Amino acid sequence: MPRRDDISSILIIGSGPIVIGQACEFDYSGTQACRVLREEGYRVILANSNPATIMTDPDFADATYIEPLTWEVVASIIEREQPDAVLPTLGGQTALNIAMELFERSLIGVPGTPEMIGANAEAIATAEDRQQFKDAMIEIGLDVPRSGVAHTMSEATAVIDDIGLPVIIRPAYILGGRGTGIASTPEEFEQVASKGLAASPISEILIEESIAGWKEYELEVMRDRSDNCVIICSIENVDPMGVHTGDSITVAPQQTLTDIEYQEMRDAALRCIRRVGVETGGSNVQFAVDPATGRQVVIEMNPRVSRSSALASKATGFPIAKMAARLAVGYTLDEIPNDITKATPASFEPVIDYVVTKIPRWAFEKLPGSSGVLGTQMQSVGEAMSIGRTFTESVQKAVRSLEQGRDGLIDTRTMSSLAEHSVEALLELCAIPTPDRLVHVAELLRRGVAPERVHEACRIDLWFLDQIMMLCEEYAYLASRTLEDLDRRSLRRAKRFGFSDRQIADIIGVEEDAVRVARHEAGVLPTYKTVDTCAAEFAADTPYHYSTWEDEDEVRDSDRRKVVILGSGPNRIGQGIEFDYCCVHASFALRDAGFETIMVNCNPETVSTDYDTSDRLYFEPLTREDVLNIIDAERPEKVIVSLGGQTPLKLAGQIDAALVAGTSAASIDAAEDRELWNRLCHELQIPQPPGGTAVTLEDARNICDDVGFPVLVRPSYVLGGRAMQIIHDHDHLERAMAELSGAGSLGKEGGLSAERPVLIDRFLASAVEVDADAIRDHTGEVLIGGVMEHVEEAGVHSGDSACAIPPQTLPEWVVEVIRAYTAAIAERLDVRGLINVQFAVVGTTVYVIEANPRASRTVPFVAKATGVPLAKVATRVMMGATLAELREEGFLDPPIEGHVAVKEAVLPFNRFPEVDPALGPEMRSTGEVMGIDVGFGRAFSKAELAAGSELPTSGMVFLSLNDTDKPAGIVVARRLRERGLSIAATEGTAAHLARFGVSVDRVLGKVAKQDGPTAVDLIADGTINFVVNTPRGSSGRSDGEQIRKAASLHRVSCVTTVAAALAAAQGLAETASEPLTVRTLQEYHQR
Amino acid sequence: MSAGHIIEGALVLADGSVFEGELVGADHPVSSGEVVFNTALSGYQEIITDPSYAGQLITFTYPHIGNYGVNVDDAESRGVFCRGVIIRELARRHSNYRAEQGLNEFLSMHGLAGIAGIDTRRLTRLLREQGAIPGAFGSLSESELHSHAQQEPGTDGVDLVSTVTTSEPYTVGNGERRIVALDFGIKSTILHHLGSLGTVEVLPATTSAAEILARQPDGVFLSNGPGDPAMLDSIAREISQMVGVVPMFGICLGHQLLGKAVGATTIKLPFGHHGGNHPVKDLTTERIEITSQNHNFAVDPDSFDELEHDVVMTHINLNDGVCQGLEVRGAQCFSVQHHPEAGPGPHDSIYLFDRFAALMDARSSAGKAAR
Repeated sequence: MPRRDDISSILIIGSGPIVIGQACEFDYSGTQACRVLREEGYRVILANSNPATIMTDPDFADATYIEPLTWEVVASIIEREQPDAVLPTLGGQTALNIAMELFERSLIGVPGTPEMIGANAEAIATAEDRQQFKDAMIEIGLDVPRSGVAHTMSEATAVIDDIGLPVIIRPAYILGGRGTGIASTPEEFEQVASKGLAASPISEILIEESIAGWKEYELEVMRDRSDNCVIICSIENVDPMGVHTGDSITVAPQQTLTDIEYQEMRDAALRCIRRVGVETGGSNVQFAVDPATGRQVVIEMNPRVSRSSALASKATGFPIAKMAARLAVGYTLDEIPNDITKATPASFEPVIDYVVTKIPRWAFEKLPGSSGVLGTQMQSVGEAMSIGRTFTESVQKAVRSLEQGRDGLIDTRTMSSLAEHSVEALLELCAIPTPDRLVHVAELLRRGVAPERVHEACRIDLWFLDQIMMLCEEYAYLASRTLEDLDRRSLRRAKRFGFSDRQIADIIGVEEDAVRVARHEAGVLPTYKTVDTCAAEFAADTPYHYSTWEDEDEVRDSDRRKVVILGSGPNRIGQGIEFDYCCVHASFALRDAGFETIMVNCNPETVSTDYDTSDRLYFEPLTREDVLNIIDAERPEKVIVSLGGQTPLKLAGQIDAALVAGTSAASIDAAEDRELWNRLCHELQIPQPPGGTAVTLEDARNICDDVGFPVLVRPSYVLGGRAMQIIHDHDHLERAMAELSGAGSLGKEGGLSAERPVLIDRFLASAVEVDADAIRDHTGEVLIGGVMEHVEEAGVHSGDSACAIPPQTLPEWVVEVIRAYTAAIAERLDVRGLINVQFAVVGTTVYVIEANPRASRTVPFVAKATGVPLAKVATRVMMGATLAELREEGFLDPPIEGHVAVKEAVLPFNRFPEVDPALGPEMRSTGEVMGIDVGFGRAFSKAELAAGSELPTSGMVFLSLNDTDKPAGIVVARRLRERGLSIAATEGTAAHLARFGVSVDRVLGKVAKQDGPTAVDLIADGTINFVVNTPRGSSGRSDGEQIRKAASLHRVSCVTTVAAALAAAQGLAETASEPLTVRTLQEYHQR
Repeated sequence: MSAGHIIEGALVLADGSVFEGELVGADHPVSSGEVVFNTALSGYQEIITDPSYAGQLITFTYPHIGNYGVNVDDAESRGVFCRGVIIRELARRHSNYRAEQGLNEFLSMHGLAGIAGIDTRRLTRLLREQGAIPGAFGSLSESELHSHAQQEPGTDGVDLVSTVTTSEPYTVGNGERRIVALDFGIKSTILHHLGSLGTVEVLPATTSAAEILARQPDGVFLSNGPGDPAMLDSIAREISQMVGVVPMFGICLGHQLLGKAVGATTIKLPFGHHGGNHPVKDLTTERIEITSQNHNFAVDPDSFDELEHDVVMTHINLNDGVCQGLEVRGAQCFSVQHHPEAGPGPHDSIYLFDRFAALMDARSSAGKAAR
């Protein structure tokens, strides 16, 4: 069955902002889908609120709506575009949920409306509704855990009377397992069940027999219109059941099932996709296996592409999303060629001849109060994937890909940090799943504890434990040798076990380079193998490579001009999709300009690690050794280090300076080196907040005495305001310095030194923060890409703050000063490419805070807001083009004006109810959205709606303001009153408002101090549907903290700065006059 | 892993290529045979015990072999008939509730040697380019291994069936249907499936058509087996006498022999099909099956035109267009090149056993009606 001709336009719903459980993998899948469907000649309409994605580039769809992803907004897009079909299976849970809401309102999927392709409503409901799914599985004879469904607590109690404890509780219609938990006691049950009921949008939970400790597997299945089904990949979780698969260390393919068991699972997966009725595309089916009996049960199924399918695509080379898009428009698997072999059809099951390991990366250090314990609810913010010929090699590569200060699974630094722990203590630690569990396991095995005993504690399969034990034995071997003892054979063996040069160097006590030299002398060099979907059975063209230590290297020579682009590694808070966007743009721009592009990255979620993005892809850790090896193998003309965030930037000084494209490593350092930077600002006479650098507490005290409290304290060479704090007194300073120098997580990454001092500046209270992104070419011309005014005042990390283009409150001349400062700084730093400069404006004084001669997080937002492809332009400039030349080429047009774009941050607090959601100088947002419209208020409203905090049009707002914010509170309260909202306030706030003629409907105690309901109670029962709570300096956080936590737990929108409240009030005023309307980016960008 | 336990060895191919590795399994100075590869990700025990690999050294493309051990239920025959195994990484410890022993122990017990630590991807790429090639591995010097490799005859023009077939008839199953299975190297899983269809009498490969027909079977099954079908003319002649007389179903070598029996020719493939992921299309239903494959020879569908019988191709390999199945129309005979019984591999083609049952039933009910 060939391409369907009865449809001509297709709406793709994206997944919105990056949140925990839904990250760049949906940009990867959506981008593939957009590309394929346009190639097939369809008109592609895209809805996605996330400006940092590749898919929302205006080139990727015919009509790109960067609009909030709610069913109402998507309905108005449908109204405007009248698409023939809607493809909801490539935008994660967000897209599925919106599609279901539209279907329930008969807006899609019924005659006379757009058809649902990929999966229809019935299939989605069957897979998503826990009970329906379970019934369906039982109907086709598959085993499932015993369970019951409940909508109330009394129903829930009836269920456990039947099946007993322990049980696992999962809310319905929830992505990433939010609200899910295990209960072993009646008390735990009470707590977890009520949380689950609250989290589910339909107040439904599934209560199941606990199968914690069983082995966990996933199969990626594809099906076409003719009912042909194939399995793309099997995945085995190293962490047994009990840890969300997104938080588990996983390997592909499965390692410990016999073929008999595997085929039983395969049969079950095929029956599952057929019964659920996913007509075309990819699905993911999860299984648990009792290790003692082999009993297999089906856990769940995702009727769409998922994080696992992105992983499976990268793990096998089979592009699931691309295929799913083709299948959705009528092709069958045998009609589509295998992308990699070109000669064989896609109707086959990939086989691999290597082992893939994925390890998640968490951000607990940024979320004080969070338990750090893993469970059935996903908490990781990113992941690294690695490819090795064996599990041992692969797992070590994955550990070093994480960039968390470990060079491999067995490293001396970690060992010394665990030295004080007894075996018993470590065994106890192992029993609790945490990010460090594998390290604890390794340490136990290294100390000679029997694998059986370790298995008893952690339930990780003995095969994996034995593999880790082999690494421990290899460690012991290396530790007993000197470098001179290591001949070719032993070096090769260590490398084949995945030991990095640095890891070996640390073990035997020499410098990394000594190992590298010895290795080269012995002729032990990496070989690059190819990911080809078929284990070399057929010839493959696609240059998708990984390193290993074998006989034969498969990389083909090329005499084209080559550029290596270093990617940004695993997603983390502060470094995510924005940087992947920049790297991908660099690759596109350079390919167009005739270069051969070589991408290096280890993040399986991204577009950059799609083998289609660059001419060559190396799926490798971003460490010095791995990068130098690739440079040796490829001999590129240039290496791009400034587009992938801090990860590649840190490598700039470690590769040949002549290879660094654009701004030199020395200039990068000049911006980071406090002394050089101060001198530069002084010479330019640009004001800076007073401050200095400190390595010791003594230094820090002296600086504070000079400049006075409050101060802003931040470590150097970090992204995302890592460990950044506003400090109000000496006690607090002492704690902060102690944390930075060793005790805290940052201490583990190296602590403080003359090269990595802590920066201490006078904190500029109530300053307006401004960001500028600019490009300078080698002739000295500077292009100011965008000047962004932040909504939240200085002190809130720029990544967590909303911001607007163009600036909304600054006088025009101040903006011009900012532009002039930016250009002068770029000139002094001799920037060739991008620079981001941060300013704080107090009154009319413009202070410069810092400059970073690299791509910033805001580059994609600026590009979407202004229509200037900053990353592409910068890349060409880095390779020597001038802005004038690019203008000539038609590559660079002036920024487009006439509208306002607002970027809003999306925060992860609803997953961490124990964490205070107040914003501060340490970044915590996981993603961002953009609102674009004719005026600020409307754009801001859209941004808020897109970020999930809808501004209220009726109901009650709760105000609790600190003294500084109370005057502005008068304005906020008035505006809200004018919109017909009722107001509740704390006593102090209410009294202040009353003095200026604003009455309050209810005066509330914050927490239970008086009689009557408190703010927390009214938030919990839904009376209050919007909260404005501004924290008071360093103290007095506790009351407000409870209110903010209650709001995040009950999903009530909450703003923690008065500036945001004012913006919200303006938004309400502007949207009240005229309802929200949608418009494409292409229309905004029309010149 | 202390370095002392490793016995270094090498694999040398007839073309002189050398691969360094470590010797595992039984202690033989040299093991030689035709080097082939299998891309299956699981099922090493079934593969090693499959009699169709007689005369061959099996390269596993998946690096980790032995992870889940071995157990008595997963064996495809009473012993091992391949000449050796070539592996990247042999599991030191296995883990699975079904396991009864480790693979290394199993290899030693069956007197089979292996070589581990090999860059099996390099080897596979070489085999893909040059086709199956003789090779030898062991502790001998590289030059000695090379001459062993050169002396290895390969499987072309060699009758390997006689080395694996049963010497005495035996019976499995106890159903109503009476099935005769000709053993050219039959796999246990096939017997298991046939046994669920009826009473199966397994006869030596050289049993004559007259002897078979004298048993008045409802159907005759032609089994899988090793080697070159061109060397089995006499067997093919016996089969030809049964075409149209009794329903017949052939798998793998049995398929090639049915082809030969009706006059079709067989060809040697460049590097064969060995794996569990090949797409095969059933040309009658248009459905695609993911199949288990293990063959170096195939029936040439171009030779179907001039035959006395009406022979049609029923299944095709979508990767390379090789004939995967044929039907002798009007004669109730059909056969497939791939392995519907799996063992190891996917179960997509299992329906072929039902098709065989239906043929037998149609004939016996027709027979009853005639009587």
